[in-house]
Amino acid sequence: MDMNRTSAVAAKPVVPQDGDVGTTVPQVASPRPNVTPPVREKIRTEKLTVFYDGKEAIKSIDLSIPEGMVTAIIGPSGCGKSTFLRALNRMNELIPGTRTTGKVLVDGINIYDPAIDLPTLRKNVGMVWQRPNPFPKTIWENVAYGPKCLGVKSKAVLDDIVEKSLREAALWDEVKDRLHSSALALSGGQQQRLCIARALAVEPSVLLMDEPAASLDPISTTKIEDLMAELRGKYTLIIVTHNMQQAARVSDYTAFLLMGELVEFDVTERIFTRPKRKETEDYITGRFG
Amino acid sequence: MNPEATARKSFHQELEKLEDDVVKLATMAEEAVARAVKSLKQKDVNMAQKIIDGDDVLDDLALDIENRCFSMLALQQPMASDLRTIGSALKIVTDLERIGDHAVDIAKVTRRLYDKTYIKPLIDIPRMAQITQEMLRSSLQAFVKKEVNFLDELKEQDDEVDHLYSQIFRELLTFMMADPSTINQAMEFLMVASHLERVADHATNIGEWVYYAVTGERKDLNI
Repeated sequence: MDMNRTSAVAAKPVVPQDGDVGTTVPQVASPRPNVTPPVREKIRTEKLTVFYDGKEAIKSIDLSIPEGMVTAIIGPSGCGKSTFLRALNRMNELIPGTRTTGKVLVDGINIYDPAIDLPTLRKNVGMVWQRPNPFPKTIWENVAYGPKCLGVKSKAVLDDIVEKSLREAALWDEVKDRLHSSALALSGGQQQRLCIARALAVEPSVLLMDEPAASLDPISTTKIEDLMAELRGKYTLIIVTHNMQQAARVSDYTAFLLMGELVEFDVTERIFTRPKRKETEDYITGRFG
Repeated sequence: MNPEATARKSFHQELEKLEDDVVKLATMAEEAVARAVKSLKQKDVNMAQKIIDGDDVLDDLALDIENRCFSMLALQQPMASDLRTIGSALKIVTDLERIGDHAVDIAKVTRRLYDKTYIKPLIDIPRMAQITQEMLRSSLQAFVKKEVNFLDELKEQDDEVDHLYSQIFRELLTFMMADPSTINQAMEFLMVASHLERVADHATNIGEWVYYAVTGERKDLNI
């Protein structure tokens, strides 16, 4: 019997000692059979701490997120996973009483630098929310809104962007004949894909997704998950989910947060078959009280 | 682990029951081998027949465990150590079922030879059986207790069984060369030794799966 199947995986120590969890991207021959090994770090957080009214919601998180991969953030309610996600494009600043310390480097540039232009940051690091939130406008206008704000005026160019974005979001075939009807007439799953198309229209390099399928039925959920697999490679996806099976299905890397701290970060396959930390094991096997 | 702290109480109870039944199956397989060899040594054809008839019970339990593993995989989406326990149980059950088959094969030799005078007293064959029995016991104990310190000893025991097999082979070969009329019986005993050698291999496989279930690492003992 060939017992050496895991040797490639075990070749390098991946999750370092306590205190420096997550500071390097865990390496494997290939996190998924059809994906080449990660070579580049897209986002790096250094001692990232977010306070709500003086209380730490996430505590000094160091995490290195690989480019072009799907990274899932899991953890129980209140562990800080959404806070962490929102810190990656400075969305927390919209919540009163929030203070952020530490660094978030996107392509090596600290986004908390005062010189950073927020609209540019949020164009580059797009976001999809838990509940679909299309604008009360037509499908076309929803997708064209971002490019228009960025100064694109030509109708032909906008038409191209709308079609390309809707195709990328796997929605084009369902809506191409009614681009000028209201987005609110779409089903929940279609609305969510429209929101993804809207985010893609401004050509981000990172897409943050906060429970993107939480309010959807199973078939729409499958479509969103398939879409994530399609977008992997071209975009760096970071998804927050309380659905562990979903994290296991869609992600290449998984970070487990508990009470504001990063407990473990590793290749998804390892997190769900042989996690290194007991806290992770207890949480994903449901032995968490 | 405080059982009250688990958020998936009924699933974890089901998993414990699964582990218990794997141990039960192992005990049945282990006893079948021990009694098959005993029936051969004591020329007890009734005992041999009981082992042959009893194999259905063993097969039924194996099938039941497999079905429960599949339904837990489908319905509970087990993760980490739970997933490894179920996956390993599925593999272990196959090895145990095969061990039961080897016991039946040995019992059938008893049925063929019980009214003959043996060419030699059986000493090494019962010794082989005893070691395989110990191998199974320590592996299954480790499965339940989630320990892995049994592995080195398991490898030594498997080596000892292999060594005994070669010894029996050489001895029987001498008998056959000296007196061709012993060939029939010598071949039967050699088959029995071969079955026991296979049982030890299955026990080694089981040990490897127990090691995986407990640690998440794969280990090959046959290097």
